[in-house]
Amino acid sequence: MAYVHDAEKEALHQPHSFWSKYVWSQDHKVIAIQYSLIAIFAGIIALVLSAMMRMQIGFPGSLEFMDANTYYQAMTMHGMIMVIYLLTALFLGGFGNYMIPLMVGARDMVFPFVNMLSVWFYFLSVIILLASFFVPGGPTGAGWTLYPPQAITAGTPGMEWGIILMLVSLLVFIIAATMGGLNYVTTVIQARTYGMTLLRMPLTVWGIFMATILALLAFPALFVSGVMMLLDRTIGTSFFMPEMISMGQQTDYDGGSPILFQHLFWFFGHPEVYIVALPAFGMISDILSVHSRKKVFGYKMMVWAIVAIGVLSFIVWAHHMYVSGMNPYFGFFFATTTLIIAVPTAIKVYNWVLTLWKGDIHMTVPLLFAVAFIFTFLAGGLTGLFLGNVIVDIPLSDTYFVVAHFHMVMGVAPVLVVFGSIYHWFPKITGRMMNDKIGMWHFWITFLGTYAIYFPMHYLGILGMPRRYYDSTAYEFIPQSAHDLNAFITIAALIVGAAQVLFIYNMIHSAFKGKESGPNPWNAASLEWQTPQTPPVHGNWGEKLPVVHRWPYDYSVPGVKEDFVPQNVSEQELEANKVKL
Amino acid sequence: MTAAQLMKTSGFESVGGGANEWQETPEVIALRAKTGLRILMAVITSLFFLFIVSFLIRSQIADWEHLSAPWKPLANPWPLWINTGALVLASIFLQWSRISSRKQEARRTVETLVLAGFFSLVFIGGQLAVWQQLMSLGYFVSTNPANSFFYLLTGLHGLHLAGGLMAWCKTVVKAWRGMPIKQLSSSIELCAMYWHYLLGLWFVLLGLLTSSPETYAALVRLCGL
Amino acid sequence: MALAIILVVLLIGSTIFQFVNPWSATPVASNWGSIDNIIVITSVITGIFFVGITLFVVYALVKFRHRGPSENGQHQASYEPDSKKLEWWLTGITTVGICALLAPGLVVYDDFVHVPEGATEVEVVGKQWMWSFRLPGEDGKLGHAKVKLIGMDNPFGLDPDDPNGQDDLLINTNVLHLPIDKPVKMVLRSLDVLHNFYVPQIRAKMDMVPGQVSYFWFTPTKEGRYEILCAEYCGVAHYNMKGHMIIDSAENYQAWLSEQPTFASSLVSGSDDGGVEQGRQLAESSGCFACHSIDGSKSLGPTWKGLFGKTEVLMDGTTVVADEAYLKESITDPNAKMVKDYAPVMVAYPLSDSQLDALVEYIKSTP
Repeated sequence: MAYVHDAEKEALHQPHSFWSKYVWSQDHKVIAIQYSLIAIFAGIIALVLSAMMRMQIGFPGSLEFMDANTYYQAMTMHGMIMVIYLLTALFLGGFGNYMIPLMVGARDMVFPFVNMLSVWFYFLSVIILLASFFVPGGPTGAGWTLYPPQAITAGTPGMEWGIILMLVSLLVFIIAATMGGLNYVTTVIQARTYGMTLLRMPLTVWGIFMATILALLAFPALFVSGVMMLLDRTIGTSFFMPEMISMGQQTDYDGGSPILFQHLFWFFGHPEVYIVALPAFGMISDILSVHSRKKVFGYKMMVWAIVAIGVLSFIVWAHHMYVSGMNPYFGFFFATTTLIIAVPTAIKVYNWVLTLWKGDIHMTVPLLFAVAFIFTFLAGGLTGLFLGNVIVDIPLSDTYFVVAHFHMVMGVAPVLVVFGSIYHWFPKITGRMMNDKIGMWHFWITFLGTYAIYFPMHYLGILGMPRRYYDSTAYEFIPQSAHDLNAFITIAALIVGAAQVLFIYNMIHSAFKGKESGPNPWNAASLEWQTPQTPPVHGNWGEKLPVVHRWPYDYSVPGVKEDFVPQNVSEQELEANKVKL
Repeated sequence: MTAAQLMKTSGFESVGGGANEWQETPEVIALRAKTGLRILMAVITSLFFLFIVSFLIRSQIADWEHLSAPWKPLANPWPLWINTGALVLASIFLQWSRISSRKQEARRTVETLVLAGFFSLVFIGGQLAVWQQLMSLGYFVSTNPANSFFYLLTGLHGLHLAGGLMAWCKTVVKAWRGMPIKQLSSSIELCAMYWHYLLGLWFVLLGLLTSSPETYAALVRLCGL
Repeated sequence: MALAIILVVLLIGSTIFQFVNPWSATPVASNWGSIDNIIVITSVITGIFFVGITLFVVYALVKFRHRGPSENGQHQASYEPDSKKLEWWLTGITTVGICALLAPGLVVYDDFVHVPEGATEVEVVGKQWMWSFRLPGEDGKLGHAKVKLIGMDNPFGLDPDDPNGQDDLLINTNVLHLPIDKPVKMVLRSLDVLHNFYVPQIRAKMDMVPGQVSYFWFTPTKEGRYEILCAEYCGVAHYNMKGHMIIDSAENYQAWLSEQPTFASSLVSGSDDGGVEQGRQLAESSGCFACHSIDGSKSLGPTWKGLFGKTEVLMDGTTVVADEAYLKESITDPNAKMVKDYAPVMVAYPLSDSQLDALVEYIKSTP
């Protein structure tokens, strides 16, 4: 509240020293880069953890130190880091921070000080999370869903300190995400520049805006369950802990409801899927439009689809719990709502595809990633129809089918968007192009490699191979060929993982040595490409804020010489620039 | 149809936030802070809503021993009513301060602002006294889920009020340093909004914590859980 | 162009893979073959969408690829391809497709949630990391059970005062027998954490939740021996929580059934054999067999067969004789002296002295 005045003062003072410019910065662009770098750092750790897991699955016993404890710890940390600390942080804290003010024509986020606090709280949450690797007992191995009672009882690795640090870290992360989220939503509602109506906002902003609203309303559910589990673990309350024995001994717990935790967790967990997916949807729409020189097909339908998906995502959560032992009659309701949500999602896919149709498609690296996203998301989305349909989920749940499905739909697909977006917006952020050739190599290995990993994995699930198994060689119904397939998947995964070095190298190298890009290398129409300086400086717009005259998708307008019209070009200016036909 | 026409028929043509607020005048900044606070209150509502739903579901399990049962300490919750009185007074004084600041009555504004903070502290102190009393009677946090929820809900509500008091402190310091009333008023405005909200939230919690188990059962049925 | 070609290759490859891969579902052994039919319907419908949309992308990529700068000032991309009509058509087709998946799915699900009249109740009890089972006796009713009643001589926590429970048959091993062609209602109970009773050939599965009872039903249709898996992560030996379900003919089933002890008989048994039987029960109720075999087979922990008196090589290369003191230490402080090639996955069991004695006696008795 009172910080408003500080923010006001702060805006007048341009930062000068290194510390105030790059570390304690209140500039949304610096904060976005801080967010992204921390997230990518956490993501690399999670990637290494997944490689370790895959070694165990593909070649059991090949890693000396990989016992069952370590395996489950790696599995848990991989999942949690990827979902929360990488994807959520990168899409909202990274892209959200960078894009929103530039795309709606604001000078900065409306509460820059809170924005700075947000990134530092996020940093703190990552530190707490990583600290759990160094405490007695190691990080928690409870699975990323942290289901009680198992998460906090003997027999699960990290039940001593790891789980406590995990929960504390999540609570801190939620505070960080809330502080960031207040900024993003308020900025979109109140800080749009003159002429920037809601339906002149790029879909990127719409996606991030809706995802932030979901985050603000859904993260409290994780907060609630985290607080109650923390109390169960530390002072022995029985919110979730039922009457039970542990290691043959009676416990003091009584009456708690493990299912209640699952409801709370998935009330957060399902919107979380869309917190990651909606920004990806928006960004991919913009990339497709720019690189096929054509307006987004059915823009308004796209906006409504984003809103509809956001709203519906709050009433489908129990489709993660079809076999959880909840009242089985819930299955009818949640199967229906789940399949209804497929309709707006399908509309988005059609509209992406139809954006390419009759376009002028430039095969740039961002476009390749965008098309790869459509293909991967399509595959992952369609397998979602298996799992959403309650009866089909019963044999498939907790098998590798689920693992393959969610990795495709909310692992690989959003990550392809992250890559595409970085290739796309890198010139605006640094003023330099990323290397195309390395980009192509990176694209082909990543796209084909991930498909080779996850497409055949579905069949292991149909076979009935259960997930979260440290070793499944002892089971007779699993044929040797399935283990061979696992070995193949591991090799593909290692190659894909190693190929990310190309990307990291490309980013670092291009940031310093890349070809100068100029302000608008893709000839894009949306506002972020029209800043007076590239990269944009503190305050973004120089003396005067831009005035917006049109939507962000005026590509290939007939009778105009250039095949794009920037958002801040007025009809008069356009008139003067027209060529006779 | 051109893009411009498309936009005209879109129903979103009103430029809303965009038209009037693109210059960062103090009014605009105050409006933004208000919007931010409203969103924050929506988040807090979501948080407490989920706690209350958990409370209701958990209350239906057999081991629940409700604190307002006739032989339990909250059967006669007069200490809670005293605290409620303090919080109501805090809200009233803040409202008074808000009105005074609009009328540019500097002295009255600051006096009532300080009183509002004082009564908020009384509320928090009173809540801690209730905790003390419960513990002295042997009702600890982990003794029964009903107790756990009592401490959890009152504690979280208290923490939110404490967060508000930090903003209040800043405002008082600013007043102390002689910030003109005009600039002060937007902070007071925000404090008043937040305090009224927390008062409303407290009434909901108080109602919940002092109702009978039959009410919970009815509520749970109503929600179809 | 390259992308278009690769997409076609992926499409053809995936389609071929769908039909000729060696990893199809296990042969179904219950009435839930109907679920397999829904999977086939779903595969066909989603497959059509997958192929159709991808082919359209390929078409667009080839037909509308960038062809160099425009010559006559005309842009290559069209400006006006929005089509409300097309959008509504696509929405309609999608909705029809979705309904075609959902409707038959819900019909089968309706079947799944309604247990048929006359299904036999079979209780499955899960705990870290083993299975046990309970069958109703002649009265056809399972007695009341409660975790708080679990003790040395009552591993199921049955209420001794409940007359319904007296004739319940207790099967304290990982092997369950069921008669063929008789519908069974699996009543699922967990004593500690979440588990999930899963037999791939049966198709159905359900979580077991401590503090409540869940259920599902099926009718076995094929004799044979099937593996029981735990499908809900339940701690470090989750992957090793293995059991067997044997579908018998009616005669064989009766023969097996008649050998099972009732609850009442288990209460009076208690022979005096120096604690060996007490030790065995303790090992069973504490779940030791999840990681320690008694037949010499390799598992998570060292086998107990012939363990007593054996010389073991420890992690640091030193050796130790597995005497009484060492065994007791390894139970109460498992990580103190770790045997080589085993992972430190065991938690400390704070047993009483008499319990320790009994358990060591039992370990001694496994030659």
